[in-house]
Amino acid sequence: MATAPLIPGQKPRSNLEELLEGVWKQNPVFVMVLGMCPTLAVSVSAMNAMSMGLATAFVLVGSSLLVSLMRNLVPKEVRIATYILIIATFVTVVDYAIQAISLALYDALGAFIQLIVVNCIILGRAEAHASKNRPVKAVLNAIGMGAGFTIGLFALGAVREILGAGKLFGVSLFGPDFQPWVVMVLPPGGFFVLGAWLLLFNWLDSRKAAPAKPTESHAHV
Amino acid sequence: MNVLTQPTPSSAAMIRTLGLVATVCGILIVSAYQSTREAVAANKRIALERAVFKVIPGAASVKEFVAGTAGVQPAGATPPLGAVKFYAAYDQAGALKGIAAEGAAKGYADTVRVLYAYDPEKQAITGIGVVSMRETPGIGDKIHSDPAFLKNFVALDAQLAADLKSLAHAIKVMKHGAKQNPWEIDAIAGATVTSKAVGKGINDSAQKLLPLLVPHLDTLQGGK
Amino acid sequence: MTPRIELRPSPHVVKGASVEHIMFHVVLALLPIATFSVWQYGLSALALIVVVTLACIASERLFNRLSGKPSTLSDWSATITGLLLALTLPPSFPLWMGAVASFTAIALGKALFGGIGCNVLNPALVGRAFVQAAFPVAITTWVPAFAPRRFSEFVPTTFTAPLMTPPDIAAWALQAKSVLDGFTGATPLARWKFENVLATPADLLSGAVTASAGETSALLILLCGAYLAARKFMDWRIPVADLGSAALTALVFQMIDPARYPDPLFVLLSGGLMLGAVFMATDMATSPVTPKGVWLYGALIGVVTVMIRYFGGLSEGVMYAILIGNALSPLIDQVTQPKVFGAVKGKKA
Repeated sequence: MATAPLIPGQKPRSNLEELLEGVWKQNPVFVMVLGMCPTLAVSVSAMNAMSMGLATAFVLVGSSLLVSLMRNLVPKEVRIATYILIIATFVTVVDYAIQAISLALYDALGAFIQLIVVNCIILGRAEAHASKNRPVKAVLNAIGMGAGFTIGLFALGAVREILGAGKLFGVSLFGPDFQPWVVMVLPPGGFFVLGAWLLLFNWLDSRKAAPAKPTESHAHV
Repeated sequence: MNVLTQPTPSSAAMIRTLGLVATVCGILIVSAYQSTREAVAANKRIALERAVFKVIPGAASVKEFVAGTAGVQPAGATPPLGAVKFYAAYDQAGALKGIAAEGAAKGYADTVRVLYAYDPEKQAITGIGVVSMRETPGIGDKIHSDPAFLKNFVALDAQLAADLKSLAHAIKVMKHGAKQNPWEIDAIAGATVTSKAVGKGINDSAQKLLPLLVPHLDTLQGGK
Repeated sequence: MTPRIELRPSPHVVKGASVEHIMFHVVLALLPIATFSVWQYGLSALALIVVVTLACIASERLFNRLSGKPSTLSDWSATITGLLLALTLPPSFPLWMGAVASFTAIALGKALFGGIGCNVLNPALVGRAFVQAAFPVAITTWVPAFAPRRFSEFVPTTFTAPLMTPPDIAAWALQAKSVLDGFTGATPLARWKFENVLATPADLLSGAVTASAGETSALLILLCGAYLAARKFMDWRIPVADLGSAALTALVFQMIDPARYPDPLFVLLSGGLMLGAVFMATDMATSPVTPKGVWLYGALIGVVTVMIRYFGGLSEGVMYAILIGNALSPLIDQVTQPKVFGAVKGKKA
């Protein structure tokens, strides 16, 4: 899969491109397949998935801004320590904020809030993008990535909640007689739904990439 | 090593940077903690009250206590070693309505944590609520909805033995349909493992808490 | 062996018989079993078999079209998947859930791997495993065999509206049962495991027990299997190894503790062991091809089946045992290959 170069300088990108990169072309869930641990674990309902996505997006934006602001100050030798410190700070802030907003949500997300610290999207963005770009671009890119992650999680959570509980955001869709698909709220359901979404994305991608070639099916013999 | 041949920043520069970052981060964390502290505490109290009021209907306020070898005392910052935490619920008039405590045991998927109500007058467990579980939906999670199962906890015998050291009869989970005595729990058919976890959690906790608590029950009366 | 180059992993056809030919005979061999099941459970079983089979065929056609390949309906493989899947489901299974199982079987079990011959796992069992995990209650809801009115009325759950919960049929099943039926709402395996009640071999053989649509006719299954084996459409060693190792394992356990473990005959006749051994473990695409590997594969399935039945959380283990065997097939082939090559040719060519 051809991906746009992440190293700046090769091709300066417009602000809009920075913003949209994470939403579609480099979507963390569907294209880069990063941060799968929270993606699979907390996407049992749309609400949990959205909250997790937004919490991650907040940490992403906050840490990208700080890393970008300090990018000329931080010696290369201590940069990882600095990034981790910054990321851990924002995770702690989010942790307190979610506890203050809703304890039920905090219990539902469990350890995965603290585990945002080790989400590879965030450290990856800090290392590959924020530390090499001006704050405006870094924040725009982080917003895009955060939005992409949130969309990805929501896509999983919505399907799993609709099939697994017959609801969306807790609102019943099919009435009280709905038969829940138990497997969807269990771990295998996460893999099934993620697989289905990846299939769809790759299928759309391959159709877009090769509209001229009608069928390849006879070529492989 | 070739690190030495490259221009490296001075130690002072590295320490300065890390120190600066740490200071900024410290300020951020402390201010976040300070600004959310009250809301978090209020949330926790509401959640606790909601859980306790569910298992002790008619209660109007809840207080946290610990029971240890030194007797019963309000839960402070550092509970004494080996002490068991419990909640005392009071009605509008300030009279003791019941005791609530948490029990936990390994279920089918993960630890099942339940909050049970203990009625000192009846010397029985009079209700349970599920604090957390990850049991199979549709099977194990019936423990908080199955009416026949919840009927077990209307008056589950939890008398202490004469020596006040342990329960007179350990609380036991029986196979579905095999309950005979008031201290036995009739398991949900098809969800025996989860049912057993509930029973074991309650038994473990009650065996520990009640001998420490029952001799000092009067210190709780009118505890307002 | 005729040195003929086939561009598929297996079946490696050696006797002029085509895939269509073999598959058609498997369908023929399955028909008596399906007929017996309809006789046993009536209209609901018939509706389930028809709907599940048609849903499999429709799914196959859909994926043919999506992948832009010519239709593969004429090779009968989707029909076999449908028939087998229907025979492993409880007769009372709601039709919409049967359709979900069919779609999953073809989509997840077959189309995803590239269609017939490329699948790693038995498609019918993939479909069943999915609905087992998704609808654990419906797939363990049983109805009595030989109910007097089985040809005049459907089980209430059969026509459950799509996506809706099937009604509770415990009361219906009790009033619908015939006098000669000791119906209790549980399969013989579950009754043994959870209530310590053993069904008699006579009941098991005559089909007067609670079970999935096509698993009780042990003698009929063996007969149909023998036909396929005699015509060399099926590797007889797989069912022999499977049933043999299951019986042997059961015998060992019975010798250790006769009070706790049932006799080998019960193990062989109860549940889906027969159907699985004869028709599912022998699926050519998902079983090993080396002679030693075939024995190993069959024996593994037998042992795992008994282990799951005795020590697992579920009362039946045939489905997972075969899926495990399927998944290990390539490995079994690899492990058993060098010796076979060495024995025939001396040196690797």
